[in-house]
Amino acid sequence: MLKELVTPQNANVFVGKLGDILYKAIDKPLGMAIDWGRMWSLWPVHIETACCSVEFGAASGPRYDVERFGIIEAFGSLRQCDLVVVQGTITRKMAPRLRLVYDQMPDPKYVIAMGACAITGGLYFDSYNVLPGIDGILPVDVYVPGCPPRPETLIQGCMLLQEKIKRMKAR
Amino acid sequence: MSSTDSKSDTSKEKPAPPKPAAEKPAPPKPAAEKPAPPKPEETLPAFEKELTDRIVNQFSGDAEVGYVKENRTRINVKKEKILDVAKFIKDQTPFDHAESVSGVDFPEDNEIEVVYHLGSYTDNRYSKQVLALSTRAPREDVPNPGNDSTKLPSLRDVFYSVEFHERECFEMLGVHFEGHPDNRRLLLPEDWADLPPLRKDFKNKGR
Amino acid sequence: MTEQIPTDQTKELPPGLQLEKVDDRIMTLNVGPQHPGSGHMRIIVRIDGDYIVDADPDPGYVHRGEEKMAEVRNYLLNIPHLERPVIHDSCNILYPYVLGVEDLVGIEVPERAKYVRVIAAELNRCVYTQYWLAIYGIFLGHSTMFMWPAGDRELMIDLLEKMTGARVTHSYFIPGGVRNDIPANFEDVCLRQVNYFEKRIKEYADIFYDNPILKARTEDTGVLSSQDAIRLGTTGSVLRASGIDYDVRVKEPYDVYEELDVHTNVLKDGDSYARSKIPWLDMLESCNIIRQALEKMPKSGSVRTKLKPNPKGVGNDEVYRRVESGRGAAGMHIISNGKPEPYRVKISPGSFRNLIALPYLLKGEKLGNMPAVYWSLNYWPVEADR
Ligand code: SF4
Repeated sequence: MLKELVTPQNANVFVGKLGDILYKAIDKPLGMAIDWGRMWSLWPVHIETACCSVEFGAASGPRYDVERFGIIEAFGSLRQCDLVVVQGTITRKMAPRLRLVYDQMPDPKYVIAMGACAITGGLYFDSYNVLPGIDGILPVDVYVPGCPPRPETLIQGCMLLQEKIKRMKAR
Repeated sequence: MSSTDSKSDTSKEKPAPPKPAAEKPAPPKPAAEKPAPPKPEETLPAFEKELTDRIVNQFSGDAEVGYVKENRTRINVKKEKILDVAKFIKDQTPFDHAESVSGVDFPEDNEIEVVYHLGSYTDNRYSKQVLALSTRAPREDVPNPGNDSTKLPSLRDVFYSVEFHERECFEMLGVHFEGHPDNRRLLLPEDWADLPPLRKDFKNKGR
Repeated sequence: MTEQIPTDQTKELPPGLQLEKVDDRIMTLNVGPQHPGSGHMRIIVRIDGDYIVDADPDPGYVHRGEEKMAEVRNYLLNIPHLERPVIHDSCNILYPYVLGVEDLVGIEVPERAKYVRVIAAELNRCVYTQYWLAIYGIFLGHSTMFMWPAGDRELMIDLLEKMTGARVTHSYFIPGGVRNDIPANFEDVCLRQVNYFEKRIKEYADIFYDNPILKARTEDTGVLSSQDAIRLGTTGSVLRASGIDYDVRVKEPYDVYEELDVHTNVLKDGDSYARSKIPWLDMLESCNIIRQALEKMPKSGSVRTKLKPNPKGVGNDEVYRRVESGRGAAGMHIISNGKPEPYRVKISPGSFRNLIALPYLLKGEKLGNMPAVYWSLNYWPVEADR
């Protein structure tokens, strides 16, 4: 009977439902543990979009060392990542690519908008080729203001994100 | 891939080109051969004046001196003659590369100006000099880049280094360079359908 | 290889994903813009087996329209955004603009301000080069070479922060001098840190430049002969690594470089190794220049000529100024027409001029050598795109 119900066409629906049930069962007792795991191993995608990437690089350097807060240096492939740090200006040429990168990442995924440019367009508010902020293309979790933000500010933004993850329900 | 492999393979595939000929001995120290003339008013710097005169006399009627300042000179050329003048400069003077190509829009004159800034690496006396070679193309109010009268001959065959600069000028001002092998977009997004952005009638939003 | 592509008829590909009809052996590969080895640009390479037959750089992912923006802001308001193309070399990229405006308006700069500017520019060159070196280390899979320069450059950033108040975006140079004077005991601190910094970067030779693995990866890759370096109009470290002795600081000295003893580093080989070594040698030279400038600097005096409100404004004029930035000669062509805003500002940065060498050098190279060749061109995508 199960064979008739589950055809190759709808098999993934059932798998998904099963997953949901599993999540529900796990959420109560293990949600904390899952969140804790996500909090301390955020993998940022290696995507540089503008000059804020200099300060991002400085933040992973020895003096500021974001790694001690659980933000791993941006080295991995984007299929293993769960954090996009949008490092500055998004131009009209870059915007579709950024969305493409975001779409390819597995859930759950978080977005940090770094720098005035990523938040509102910043200095380039009236330029013809710059998006006025990335809210139109990505759901942003944390905004980190500054032009460029100091590494300390970025670290604080990352810690805010961790706080947010801690209070989220594990999905 | 081991790195030693890659090294030996490459050297097999692509033998290193012969070392630069000795015809360009790198001068050891910057020599102040050209004493900068003290700048009294009225008198033009002699070295620069002689340089521009040499070029302008060759093409009398088609080229004129824009300005002569210390270390900076400018020659305005009619667009039909720009290729000849550039060839003359390349062959007869030590200028060997273009540093920058700036396009400037002049809607009042209905013209677009393209300025090539030429410099010299080979001749020590000329290393301070920058020669601006400028020419003008007609401008159309409704541009159709590539298919209207805003065209200029490309200098890419004379000064190879203008290749990307001319591509940039094409997309930013709509000046089509005839003879350029690769008149494509460079910096703007692929779907740009507005006016070329550096034209004066293109306005930034909110300005 | 397969003769037909079976999906060609059955399935419509979305636009932008057309299968190109190319020779069976040739494969097209997109490197970037999301790629650890490309930065904010895309390189479309065609490879035959392991060898690159054609490379087509596709910059413009950070094109922000600086030149258009410069036309709607007045001369002083242009300063903050014109330094954004290279925020970690902001003094040097702003330098030609400031010099050009000074030429246009005709103001004199106090002697002390000239020295302060030279010190700031040289410190900034170190900051830039260290960042570049750190990324070069990453590109070659040499993680220690990321950590060392990224740590050491903070020393120079500290000094610049003391001078200007900002970590990277200084907006320190203004027409007529610099924005504010340097703090009281700056000279001693600067001298001490520069000496320590020099000692540190000399150690890079052991770990990086004398490293046999690095040499194997970079020597004889991407060789640029001196004729080609001239023909392609390259500049900065690319040019000097090919044996041409040209440095704007020496050949056309601006501010007080004339009074300082600046040595031009030239190497003959023209390969990636030489290109990666020149910026490092330049950093050592920068330490020398800073020490000289600290010594010769007038100990007191004004650092800024106040701009008089000039009823005449900036006349009908144009000026082309250039300086030696971290990536080579950076030129600015400023045209004024008597309005408060410039009529046209054209930036001709070193990165954009060196980009033309990339397709030329990659041809015939192995794909694995691409990062080594690409980043050795001293290329900063944001600057090239403006
Ligand atoms: S916020 Fe400032 S530093 Fe960051 S990308 Fe924008 S202009 Fe550059």
